Amino acid sequence: MSGSSNASSHRPPRIGESPLVRRALIIGVLVVSAFVIAAPLAVIAVQAFSKGVETYLAAITHPDTLHAIGMTLVTALIAVPINTLFGIASAWAITKFDFPGRRLLLVVIEIPFSISPIVAGVAYLFVYGLQGLFGEWLSAHDVKVLFALPGIVLASLFVTAPFVARELIPLMQAQGRDLEEAAASLGASGLRTFFSVTLPNIRWALLYGVVLCNARVMGEFGAVSVVSGNIRGQTNTLPLHVELLYHDYQTAGAFAAASILAGLAVVTLFVKVALERRGAGRRNRPAFVAEPAGISKETP
Amino acid sequence: MKITLDNVVKTFNTFRAVRGVSLDIGSGELVALLGPSGSGKTTILRMVAGLEYADGGQIRFGEEDATDIPVRERGVGFVFQHYALFPHMTVGDNIAFGMKVSKKKRSPAEIAARVADLLRLVRLEGLGDRYPAQISGGQRQRVALARALAVDPKVLLLDEPFGALDANVRRELRRWLREIHDELGITTLFVTHDQEEALDLADRVVILKDGKIVQVGTPEEVCRTPVNAFVMRFLGDANHFPATISGEVASIGGARMPAPGLVDGAADAYARPGDLGFSLEGDGVAATISRVLDRPDGRRLIAVTEAGEHVELDVAPDAPVKAGARGVITLARAHIFPAA
Repeated sequence: MSGSSNASSHRPPRIGESPLVRRALIIGVLVVSAFVIAAPLAVIAVQAFSKGVETYLAAITHPDTLHAIGMTLVTALIAVPINTLFGIASAWAITKFDFPGRRLLLVVIEIPFSISPIVAGVAYLFVYGLQGLFGEWLSAHDVKVLFALPGIVLASLFVTAPFVARELIPLMQAQGRDLEEAAASLGASGLRTFFSVTLPNIRWALLYGVVLCNARVMGEFGAVSVVSGNIRGQTNTLPLHVELLYHDYQTAGAFAAASILAGLAVVTLFVKVALERRGAGRRNRPAFVAEPAGISKETP
Repeated sequence: MKITLDNVVKTFNTFRAVRGVSLDIGSGELVALLGPSGSGKTTILRMVAGLEYADGGQIRFGEEDATDIPVRERGVGFVFQHYALFPHMTVGDNIAFGMKVSKKKRSPAEIAARVADLLRLVRLEGLGDRYPAQISGGQRQRVALARALAVDPKVLLLDEPFGALDANVRRELRRWLREIHDELGITTLFVTHDQEEALDLADRVVILKDGKIVQVGTPEEVCRTPVNAFVMRFLGDANHFPATISGEVASIGGARMPAPGLVDGAADAYARPGDLGFSLEGDGVAATISRVLDRPDGRRLIAVTEAGEHVELDVAPDAPVKAGARGVITLARAHIFPAA
């Protein structure tokens, strides 16, 4: 009897490494997360309130900060819907139709992910700047793109173009074309098919993409910093404003502004988790991830 | 509705999926497209549906040229192999979908009544509020059929309708589909790679290979008079024996068999396991039994002829045969084709 229990305690674990290695790995991950992710966030909170709540409130209600918040919101309000439409349209085209250049389009959509945002910003300078391709025409017609809202929106659009499409394409590819074909064979028009068949089956993934896209638009620094011109109270978005305050040695102000961005990130995170939950576990509702063809599980 | 295919051609990139198929399907007929994978059967079905357009030839519904009518306006009911039910709609909403998007306006009460009728037809009363994920595979396929029938299609097209189901459910649904077809009298075309399914269900079977029709006929015709060795082998177990023709008589080992219309020389004979017997002496093909397989309904012998060919034959369950026995295989029936 005792022999068998002894034997089992000496057996190696059924899967994975020995407890020692496992614990060491877990501790390693926790330490790294604490130092790399949690600590900086905590510092933001502490520093923002380091000179008291009044200073904090004064910092975030400063006209320049309020303007930066407004700029960021307006940019997001323009850029996110446009990129949502772009993402849906490109995912729909790529996954439901065959056309020449389909693979190329797939690669092109991914470019903003692989290019440094600052490169995008510089590229916009070359296109719309005074010495740029359309620069003369634009200044002759008194259209201001760079160092103004349009430039900021354009740069944000570029950087966040792939977010929605990237969420949708794998899902829509897995769903295949059967549902759309079924709808068409039942007499539904293309639009009708999209709104009553395709959209309901991708809506959680779509919202997820929109949330990520929004977070990125609001937090974008590199590309926007090149095209905005950093004019305080005029073309500063929130991330740019944080940097500006920091360079002015207004540490408390910088951290206060940063705390808004961090708060935004936390909200985004919660929405994201809530979306994942809702998508997967609503009662009386199937999961909104369509079963891959053929691997459907049988329920009595 | 009568369907006519006239020299229909379809090519995907460089792959010639369908190479000149002509076929007449009578009104109210139930026809199976049977063939191995890659034979073009699904492509033909999808062209009839309008889910693919033919590169050449013509598809007519009745007298009307339907070749270029889009699927939306073609008025066909299509049942997909993997059901393609809308997962976010209840069973009832799935069935009602076609009526809701139709140009012909129906009142909600009318639609509800029709959905109830169809649920009764496919024997799923009371399941209208379930979601597709909450019902079994066989039930889903019945919902898919009800949904296709809801729009009063001119023809019903089914793509491997029972392919994803297990054997018992498949057999039951097969019988049931035949009953529905007989009740509604709708022209029906279905695709399958399962010979038994095609033979059990269809009025006529179209056997396809490499994008071309090999044989069209009733189950009896294709079973009793296969036009070539491919049909013979594709429809069921078949054993091959080399034969020699001389004066319209075939010699298969020591056995003689009439071979009307065949020219003198080498030929191929094929026989079903049940058409063969095994005895210790007599006229036939000399062979040694290598294995005896016992099955619920009989005994199958695996024999090796002197030429080294493996032959499978079915004998009575109590036939006194043991592995290693030497004797002759006798032929009650065989199909003889000119050497390929």
